[in-house]
Amino acid sequence: MKPPVVVIQGLCSGFSVRGVRSVIHQDLNLTIARGEFLSIVGGSGGGKTVLLRQMLGLETPLQGTVTVLGEPASELGGAGAASRVGMLFQHGALFSAFTVLENIAFPLRELGVLPKNLIHDVAMVKMQMVGLDPATAHKMPSDLSGGMVKRVALARALVMDPPLLLLDEPTAGLDPDAADAFCTLLRSLHQELGLTVVMVTHDLDTIFELSTRVAVVADKHVIVDAPLREAIHFPHPFVQDFFLGERGLRAMEVLHPRTQDV
Amino acid sequence: MSASGSPYFASKPVTRGTIHAISASPLITPVQHTLPRITKETSSEGESLVLRGSWSAGALAHLDHWTPLQESLLRHAKADAEATWDLRHIERLDHTGAQLLWNTWGRHWPRHVLVLDLQRDTLNRVARFAVLPPKPHRTTPKEMFLKLGEWIMGIESHAESALRLTGQLALDVLHFLRDPSKAPWRDISGHIYRVGTTALPITALVGFLIGVVLAYLMSRQLRQFGADAFIVNILGMALIRELGPVLAAILIAGRSGSAITAQIGVMRVTDELDAMRVMGIRRGYRLVFPRALALALVMPLLAAWTTVAALLGGMLAADLSMGLSPEYFLIALPKVVQLSNLWLAMGKSVAFGLLIALNGCHFGLRVLPNTQSLGEGTTASVVTSITMVILVDALFAVLFKGVGL
Repeated sequence: MKPPVVVIQGLCSGFSVRGVRSVIHQDLNLTIARGEFLSIVGGSGGGKTVLLRQMLGLETPLQGTVTVLGEPASELGGAGAASRVGMLFQHGALFSAFTVLENIAFPLRELGVLPKNLIHDVAMVKMQMVGLDPATAHKMPSDLSGGMVKRVALARALVMDPPLLLLDEPTAGLDPDAADAFCTLLRSLHQELGLTVVMVTHDLDTIFELSTRVAVVADKHVIVDAPLREAIHFPHPFVQDFFLGERGLRAMEVLHPRTQDV
Repeated sequence: MSASGSPYFASKPVTRGTIHAISASPLITPVQHTLPRITKETSSEGESLVLRGSWSAGALAHLDHWTPLQESLLRHAKADAEATWDLRHIERLDHTGAQLLWNTWGRHWPRHVLVLDLQRDTLNRVARFAVLPPKPHRTTPKEMFLKLGEWIMGIESHAESALRLTGQLALDVLHFLRDPSKAPWRDISGHIYRVGTTALPITALVGFLIGVVLAYLMSRQLRQFGADAFIVNILGMALIRELGPVLAAILIAGRSGSAITAQIGVMRVTDELDAMRVMGIRRGYRLVFPRALALALVMPLLAAWTTVAALLGGMLAADLSMGLSPEYFLIALPKVVQLSNLWLAMGKSVAFGLLIALNGCHFGLRVLPNTQSLGEGTTASVVTSITMVILVDALFAVLFKGVGL
């Protein structure tokens, strides 16, 4: 039995804005096993991104524990964090003052030991692994298209080969072609590198295409945590609307053969 | 792989289960790094270089791991070309480790190598994608010459858009005078509050302290000549005519000039400026005019406020350091400083206010839709505002040298 990568137990999180406390998660439990591609879905403002930020240690739980790779998530952010978790932010979060190559090489360069040539070689390999042309190496982030920004951000997240990759809306803001290409890339990286991937998204196509498991966050809990085929039949109004609404059925129809073998 | 000599791969490890089981172990538990090391072992099959430990970026990047490891890698690569590289005992080989080996091997497979499937995949990816990054572009003298031209044209374009902005402001003032009821009054009062009211504490504090310091320094010098009473002349003239307005203007340039550029710049970054244009709202009238009006109104008041605070500080310091009573100070002040100095200071402050507002708007409107440009614009705005305030102050000093002296 492989130990799980992420274990969340009894998590409560919330904010207090001007004295008014709003609870986002109450007693939330979630376990993510090695090698999974887990999609977290839920309504807008339902706390999906907050859950992701809890796993990164960017938020502090009010109660409960978040354990990532056997350690509390709050201790994740120390030196060399890039070798433990990679995060793809929704808008890429590239450093706008650096070129593409410098952005990708940044986590390695900050370690301050490895020679520049080696770091550049590693960054160039990662750049091409995510399907970028070597000629883009010296471009600035402001000169890139949305799809390219996401690819650079993905290469940067993976530069130290972390076993866990978190994605926040990986296909948002991409045109359908770019989104499909990005999905294909994510799937091949997931398989080739043996990554554990956690993804927050609204995009049904992406969910059907990639996930091996789906966790639905609603009513401050994870209401379902199951393979896609089981999850879509869960009797909860949000799940029914989300997956079996018009858009859901359409997405499933297109991907029918694939949904079968999930 | 057959092209690179005659390497042979252990496609499956002899001892350890399936690929799957191995794929699980080397990629996980990255937190404890074991020392990456290389040892030379001799067996019946010949010499082999056995690699052990964790060959990952995190483990390699320890200074006490890196230096000896690099030395032994280079030594072995040179001396033992015929030896078999045995990678099967590596706990974790990531792309950085693979790249390191690949570079050590001279960017091709060594003659004999024993790898696990997963490691071979990683090495193959490195082999496939290892290209040198393209050379960064070097600027040639011709390009530098062209850059100079660009820079000069840039000045011209700054001048042009500054002129345009000023002209538009003049038109907006006419528009305002024709129908003041339709003016953006809420914006104006908001800016007056933000630029003026909230700046009262900081300007008072800075003014007061400058007054204290100036009076204290002057009193030491004046006492040497027995000219104690002249402290009123010096403080009154310097603070009312020069320091009060300039201090207030510099503080406001740093505080509000940058804020104006940042506000308008963010509107550019988030497309709000284009949204206004699409809706047919005149941005000059809604963005530039209220700020210019608010600053032109507020600056003289702030200058007066700063001057009063500085005079209070000076009065206090004069009392403490040379026993010059505040009553004497207040009675002497109107006699030695003509009223025209105050009017000059107020007029100057209106000009400073307009200048800071226009400057802030000018740089804000020129921000390009990216965050770096926003930062550059804000810096440029503050630096230019402060420089302009001092230049214009010098201009006033020359133009009005016959007034109030």
